[in-house]
Amino acid sequence: MAILTREQAMQIIDKVLSYSKADEMEVSIFGGRTGNIRYARNTVNTSGETNEIRLSVNSVFGKKVGSSSTSELDDESLKKVVARAEEIAKLAPENPEYMPMLGPQTYPAAATFSAATDKIDPEFRAKLAGDSIEVSSVGDLTAAGYLEDFSGFVATGNSKGLFGYNTSTSVDFSITVRTTDGTGSGYATRDFNDVNLLNSKDVTSIAMQKAQASANAQAIEPGKYTVILEPTAAGDLLGLLTRGFDARSADEGRSFMSKKGGGTRLGEKLFDERVTITSDPTNTEIPTSPWDGDGLPRQKTTWVENGVVKNLAYSRYWAEKQGVPPLSSPGRGGYIFAGGNESIADMIKSTERGVLVTRFWYIRAVDPQTLLFTGLTRDGTFYIENGQIKFPVKNFRFNESPIIMLNNIESMGKPQRVGGDLIPAMKIRDFTFTSLSDAV
Amino acid sequence: MKRRDFIHLSGMGLGALATSGLVMMGNPVSAEQLLIPGMDPAAKKVLADIALNAAKSKGATYTDVRIGRYLRQNVSTREKNVQNISNSETFGVGIRVIANGTWGFSATSDVTPDGIKSCAETAVAIAKANSKLQKEPVVLAPVSGHGEVTWNTPIQKNAMEIPVKDKIDLLLNVNNSAMDNGAAFVNSALFIINEQKYFASTDGSYIDQDIHRIWPTFSVTAVNKGAGGFRSRQALSAPMGMGYEYMDGLEKDKMMNPAGFNSYKNSYDMVEDAVNAAKHATEKISAKSVIPGKYDLVLDPDHLGLTIHESVGHPLELDRVLGYEANYAGTSFATLDKWKSGDFKYGSDKVNIVADKIQPYSLGNTGYDDEGVKCKEWDLIKDGILVNYQAIRDQVQILGENESNGCAFADNWSSVQFQRMPNVSLRPGKEKLSPADMIKNVEKGIYILGRGSYSIDQQRYNFQFGGQLFYEIKDGEITGMLEDVAYQSNTQEFWNSCSQICDEDDYRFFGSFNDGKGQPSQSSAVSHGSSTTRFDGVNVINTGRNI
Repeated sequence: MAILTREQAMQIIDKVLSYSKADEMEVSIFGGRTGNIRYARNTVNTSGETNEIRLSVNSVFGKKVGSSSTSELDDESLKKVVARAEEIAKLAPENPEYMPMLGPQTYPAAATFSAATDKIDPEFRAKLAGDSIEVSSVGDLTAAGYLEDFSGFVATGNSKGLFGYNTSTSVDFSITVRTTDGTGSGYATRDFNDVNLLNSKDVTSIAMQKAQASANAQAIEPGKYTVILEPTAAGDLLGLLTRGFDARSADEGRSFMSKKGGGTRLGEKLFDERVTITSDPTNTEIPTSPWDGDGLPRQKTTWVENGVVKNLAYSRYWAEKQGVPPLSSPGRGGYIFAGGNESIADMIKSTERGVLVTRFWYIRAVDPQTLLFTGLTRDGTFYIENGQIKFPVKNFRFNESPIIMLNNIESMGKPQRVGGDLIPAMKIRDFTFTSLSDAV
Repeated sequence: MKRRDFIHLSGMGLGALATSGLVMMGNPVSAEQLLIPGMDPAAKKVLADIALNAAKSKGATYTDVRIGRYLRQNVSTREKNVQNISNSETFGVGIRVIANGTWGFSATSDVTPDGIKSCAETAVAIAKANSKLQKEPVVLAPVSGHGEVTWNTPIQKNAMEIPVKDKIDLLLNVNNSAMDNGAAFVNSALFIINEQKYFASTDGSYIDQDIHRIWPTFSVTAVNKGAGGFRSRQALSAPMGMGYEYMDGLEKDKMMNPAGFNSYKNSYDMVEDAVNAAKHATEKISAKSVIPGKYDLVLDPDHLGLTIHESVGHPLELDRVLGYEANYAGTSFATLDKWKSGDFKYGSDKVNIVADKIQPYSLGNTGYDDEGVKCKEWDLIKDGILVNYQAIRDQVQILGENESNGCAFADNWSSVQFQRMPNVSLRPGKEKLSPADMIKNVEKGIYILGRGSYSIDQQRYNFQFGGQLFYEIKDGEITGMLEDVAYQSNTQEFWNSCSQICDEDDYRFFGSFNDGKGQPSQSSAVSHGSSTTRFDGVNVINTGRNI
């Protein structure tokens, strides 16, 4: 098994540190198992499992950094990896943005590991795929799905006394069910740390219902519509926004967070007052790693409160340059979007004319100044009239900015986990669909 | 949290390790180690035979073995700073078998007789286990053994041999040149790949290949803080299947385009392009916003390549057509019934699109694919009619053929090979025609260069493309720069609006260095050749917004 205990990892890291001749040295060990199973056309077509462990060393002379790594953990290999990192560092150009290593840190406990996920084996994956295929093979449906699971650890330490250790598991499952005549398609996805929370049959059923309900979609004119975005669809767009909460690009004048005339839009009200975005590494639904890429402990942070931008992320380098404390972003996953209490059924009931969206697809940036994105609806798009779903509609291409979208909120649902974030269903007015697609 | 995010935390933000995957990116090594020759082909043959025999003794009816050494060098800079230099190596073996009519695959970094034997046995065990779920046995198109053969990318200068210092000097010169001409920020990078691949199979092939690719690129940003605007212009280079000679920037490879600056053919002047980019980025901030409507588009090869990639390359992958990618990339509008009809009008009669893995300098150029099939060229669209797909050994019988197209690829020794896009290119026009002459006949149009925003639906009908540079054409003349331009169309409608293609003198490559497909995702590199081409009456939207 590739997972070392905290003590085993610490022992190895201390040994490696004792070999160092550099000004500063950092050692990290990553180990884990990744497994997957993929099926399509109602049959399994790929499955695999990889076990790996790797020890990485960063050696620093002045502001020159060299990296090396090895999968062999015997003394000879460890000495070699240190010598190689030091040799590379001596030859490297100076990195003017290099920040001296951090001393000891206190990291919050993270509930990122699940013993059940750790126990996943090829039989479990095959059963999950088999169950899903069995459920969806009923009638004129074809299933294609993918499960990926991970269980592993990371340990890190440096010559200034920092040490961190964490174990983590994850499971990601997605399924597309299509009608065999190719006129309907449905999708559902779930991600968890704990596989016990994953009910693959239920997820499969959702995709099946959407496939059947979306068959023989009708065309309606593109234009501005009130949309009800299921959490997966809302997450597709909100994730694009949080990537931009970076102080450096805002200060440099090349972000939607840049202020006309210089500076950032920190403190400005950019969104509807119901918009509050936070992150909390100890949240039990979306636990995240206790430290960030800079080695700093993750903190509970409010990014947007009642529509006002409260914080931007500062790397250690940029924070020092700007004379402010560093603040790490949660990265991919870890954002909590405050929602409301309205159910999707209630949202539909109160909609005179609108479109229900399951998910978006092939989203690409069009203009980074306004955060305009384009993409398409996919796998279940429905027309709503007078409080009821009337019929499935052909997919639309949209051109929309999440900033504009978050100023057009009608109502929101209870947040649920989507791609590691907590995202509510959202009802948005005046969402811009610019053309129709024949794709199913 | 997914594995890749977890890995990100293991390096604390220093150097290449912080963001690299594990097996894929390999172990960091010194630049000198990239030049050490790999294992001798004779030694690889001995190991390969161990795998072939071990698999056979466990019941495999077919086996292929890929012993691969993958070397990468990335150098990246920002303004006056070197951000990262990464040299990496990964070495291992992937073994694929058929047992009980079912595929099995296993890979190991333990490239020893024992390691390989055990890996081959695991592959057979996996095949047998999976065979319980198999509905129809695998059918492989025949391929004759090639014996012991070699193939090398025809390079003049091995880019790995060029000192890292020279590369840094070049990139910092690029950055300085852009900043001297008005750029506020520049990121520049050089990506170099050498794949040393050995393939052996029970068909009697022992193929040793040495494959090289290179990609110089940059992004130049101009900022107007007062007015609150910024614009970027990316490099107009193409990733190529070449050595460092691509960086020579020879005069013979420069082509003055109708907008009045140089485009590049088979060698690239990175500093000159950076100077132009800085001027362009500044000009873009105050360029006229496009009036939406129908325009005739004149598309430069460095732009059109991506449109070809998305609207022709992907929909004609047979595995997509059959539904194997349904849960991820999607399926395809180009269904088998359309192909069987023999009269599906994909494009106008000017449109001839060819697939190949043999064009010199292209990213797809290889002697043999990852199933040991000799690479070739074949038609996909002939005189506008859909005539074929991209298919590999276990697919071609679906098309009633018995010869693979030779486009199987695995991105690493640890990945299983599957059908990947070969080069997909638009043949040049037969009549003499330059881009300047083409523009003379356009009344209301836009000349578009460079790769911009791109999005297409999961069956490849509806797409929207941006670009790097847009020039308004009025009554046969370029009148100035436009901004906020994107065109939306439908694949079949778009290719049927193709009215003119420049001749072979204008033929150039666009490339995609990291094309993703599959779950778990694999990356491949592919070129798209074309000459400047005209499309009539395409819908252009304005992408400007106020926030």
